[in-house]
Amino acid sequence: MGLADFFKRKGSSSIAKDRLKLVLVSDRAGCSPEIMEQIKNDIINVISKYIEIDLEGLDIKITQTESETHNGTVPALYASIPIKDLKASKK
Amino acid sequence: MGEVIVVTSGKGGVGKTTTTANVGTGLAMLDKKVVLIDTDIGLRNLDVVMGLENRIVYNLVDVIEGNCRIRNALIKDKRYPNLYLLPSAQTRDKNAVTPEQMKKLADELRDEFDYILMDCPAGIEQGFRNAIAGADRALVVTTPEVSAVRDADRIIGLLEANEIRDIRLIVNRLRMDMVKRGDMMSSDDVTEILAIDLIGIVPDDENIVISTNQGEPLVGSDSLAGRAFMNIARRITGEDVPFLDLNERSSFFGRIFGKHKK
Repeated sequence: MGLADFFKRKGSSSIAKDRLKLVLVSDRAGCSPEIMEQIKNDIINVISKYIEIDLEGLDIKITQTESETHNGTVPALYASIPIKDLKASKK
Repeated sequence: MGEVIVVTSGKGGVGKTTTTANVGTGLAMLDKKVVLIDTDIGLRNLDVVMGLENRIVYNLVDVIEGNCRIRNALIKDKRYPNLYLLPSAQTRDKNAVTPEQMKKLADELRDEFDYILMDCPAGIEQGFRNAIAGADRALVVTTPEVSAVRDADRIIGLLEANEIRDIRLIVNRLRMDMVKRGDMMSSDDVTEILAIDLIGIVPDDENIVISTNQGEPLVGSDSLAGRAFMNIARRITGEDVPFLDLNERSSFFGRIFGKHKK
């Protein structure tokens, strides 16, 4: 390991801290993996009525985001839903 | 009127019993009248850590079931005035006692003692509910590891849900050498994540292993852990004690640890 690598190396403590912050957000929200799965399925059902989405690339999780109204972070439901093709169903 | 303090953590093996023994002994050294209660029914431990295992006649379940009076079950620690232990039952089921019974017992002890320390079992089941039932305050013990911190967060949530408002954090087994090279979360990191007030930082100290082997609490000795536990006892009594400089050779980390004080 060169000197440059040594300084670039991210200590495992910051990895621990980042992982903990994320896991605690979902722990505190009381959202079990089963409920997250239900939310995910419901979202897929609703959106699929209008557009074709890429189920493979779908990602839904509870995370933290900067609050717009007050200082600090708040929990947020993050959904990344890639669109395959806009349906031409609407005339 | 005495105060009931529960020492809890969620995760096992982070140092609840060691903390109860040392903080309790520290309070007794400060001339407070203290009783330590081992609430871990079926897995008795506090007696051996205190070195009082050969003096047990009656236990917590005997008291609850009315087989003896409270004062018959209390073991007086001859080394320290004002220090008593109520041992747990080793051969009984953890459901032998209910939270209501524990609350009643704690309330009866308030008249006679300044501090009643409950050593809580690991987990969040009946044993945990028993230990917190009569508590006014809680000391949450954690180590700077993801599993221990995650469990501590869960415990804090449960304590708050049970209307225990005075919850303080003890970061145990901190290794300054690892913090320094970025491979262990600092007490600042842990405090920031759990968002409760810190009452003590206890360094990883091999003297703890030696003192447990001997059945003699470390508090009051000149070792770093011994001093850290005594400082926690002082803070419990309301004294304003600065946090230890765990790395006296490095002024940078000295500054980091100096700013914990709130």
